[in-house]
Amino acid sequence: MGAPLIELSAIERVFHLGDSRVHALQSIGLCINAGEYVSVMGPSGSGKSTLLNLLGLLDRPDSGRYRLAGRDVTTLSADEQARVRSERIGFVFQSFHLVPRLTAAENIALPMVLAGIPPAQRGERVRQALRDYGLENRADHRPDQLSGGQRQRVAIARATIMQPALVLADEPTGNLDRTTGEEVMRLLEALNGTGVTLIVVTHDGALGARARRQLLMADGTLQHDRERSVDWPGKACALPT
Amino acid sequence: MRAADLIRFARDAATGSPLRTSLLILAMAIGVAAVVVLTALADGARRYVLNQFSAIGSNLVIVLPGRSQTGGFNPGNAITSTPRDLTIDDAQALLRASAVHRVAPLAVGTSEISVGGRLREVMVAGTTAEFIAVRRLSLAQGRFLPPGDWRRGASEAVIGARIRDELFGRDEALGQLVRVGDRRVRIVGVLAATGQGLGMNTDELVIVPVALAQAMFNSNTLFRILVEANSREAIAPAKAQVSEIIRLRHEGEQDVTVITQDAVLATFDRILGTLTVAVAGIAAISLAVAGILVMNVMLVSVTQRTAEIGLLKALGATRTAIRNVFLTEAAMLSLAGALLGFALGHAAAALIRQLYPAFPALPPDWAVFAGVATALATGLAFGVLPARRAALLDPVQSLARR
Repeated sequence: MGAPLIELSAIERVFHLGDSRVHALQSIGLCINAGEYVSVMGPSGSGKSTLLNLLGLLDRPDSGRYRLAGRDVTTLSADEQARVRSERIGFVFQSFHLVPRLTAAENIALPMVLAGIPPAQRGERVRQALRDYGLENRADHRPDQLSGGQRQRVAIARATIMQPALVLADEPTGNLDRTTGEEVMRLLEALNGTGVTLIVVTHDGALGARARRQLLMADGTLQHDRERSVDWPGKACALPT
Repeated sequence: MRAADLIRFARDAATGSPLRTSLLILAMAIGVAAVVVLTALADGARRYVLNQFSAIGSNLVIVLPGRSQTGGFNPGNAITSTPRDLTIDDAQALLRASAVHRVAPLAVGTSEISVGGRLREVMVAGTTAEFIAVRRLSLAQGRFLPPGDWRRGASEAVIGARIRDELFGRDEALGQLVRVGDRRVRIVGVLAATGQGLGMNTDELVIVPVALAQAMFNSNTLFRILVEANSREAIAPAKAQVSEIIRLRHEGEQDVTVITQDAVLATFDRILGTLTVAVAGIAAISLAVAGILVMNVMLVSVTQRTAEIGLLKALGATRTAIRNVFLTEAAMLSLAGALLGFALGHAAAALIRQLYPAFPALPPDWAVFAGVATALATGLAFGVLPARRAALLDPVQSLARR
């Protein structure tokens, strides 16, 4: 494994709220290797969601450089970024963000529909995903006929259907009770076990502590970067200064 | 995104909010139906007028005394005498023309008709036996004027249906002697009622031999000469021959006007055709309104589906894909509205034809095509702005909405 999956250097993100300028992210330097399990914690307003949007190419930094799998993605056009999102990044949201009029199977297939994958291939992959996440009996149910846990399982199936290298989860258990939240976390961690890089944003300390690497943010800066096990080769990726 | 997926996605989005979709389709349908029905009415009026004119008589060439064309002041005109009148000899001379089938002279004046103390002002038409054939009239009772010498006419009259009703009521009219002006004439025939039509109302006409009419009005001139050409193709040669014969008879001077029914028809056709186009234009305004409604509804839809748009972007949808989703939806709604309006308009036109069989309310093909095409074009054109807005939405802010 040569270059790290994610390389951020001197990232700045400023929001203008009326006359005041809010530094959502200040001189962020970060390096994440493929296969890592990272949690981003911090109080609300600390910039962790902005960081996640930036990592997911939903937002652009005002300055600084973001290299994804060795490729500078900050200079890409909107449509090129969309293609990168389609192929490499899966999103899991706190409020699931399922399309209400589509069935579970159709929601899972949505990224493939957008990517223009032929229907025959889609059907096979959706069936596999439904089996993997225990949703076989729920394939034709609409989101409002599903429980919270089932909805998040559909969302995870959707996030992984394009086999992305990176899964970004924003408070994935925020709308779930403890048991289903635990179940969802186990699914995400199992995903990480297959080599997918997992980044979870949460303000729940217990949840964050499950990650091997924990980032703590406050006021738009990275406060802490803690590794649970020393033998993890995270340090191989030298932090840019 | 594949085309089939795009269409399915847009269809699901449209059926996902049935009220919005059906209102939009209805608005579009009313616009298209308005175009179809209004042009059907206008074109129906055009056909109705043409039919009425055709009823006057077919292959008709009419000779009027005097030049009606204004060609500017010509000193020659000022020196030469006033136009010569048309005479019975002129009319008879026209029979020599090869393209002419029948000729009917027509002398017209007003007079009074009285019988048994009842008196009524009437229009008296002096003509010959050919008149009934040239004008395509039919008789209800008795016979028409007998053929024979045009300069000698028996004291006989054929009266219109309305005159008969007013003068005789339920009594027998045939064979009765009536007084027309200062003459006593015998009624030999009654024309069939034609109802209100364009041109001379034959229901209120008294027809006498042309010689009798001229004697009655103390004149030897004719009001018109009606000429029937051999066929439709013979109208133009007949017109030329008639002009030439009259010119020769009038010492080389072109002092009559020869008009053909075709010319009159063509003029009316043009006027009413223009009217149809104008009405179609007015109806197209309702299509523009429907187009603006499409834009409005699509904008609301974009706002309502902001979160969904953000999600699609997060899942890797390009701006083009998002724009196409909304454009496809606008196009589908417009198409559905246009088809519904097409059906509604044709149904309404059929209903009008059912209620008024005399009125041929058929929308012209060009208007139907233009209506449907305009609906699709406006739907798409007004769908562009909402689609663009959707495509340019910021995914972060969109996802934050729920």
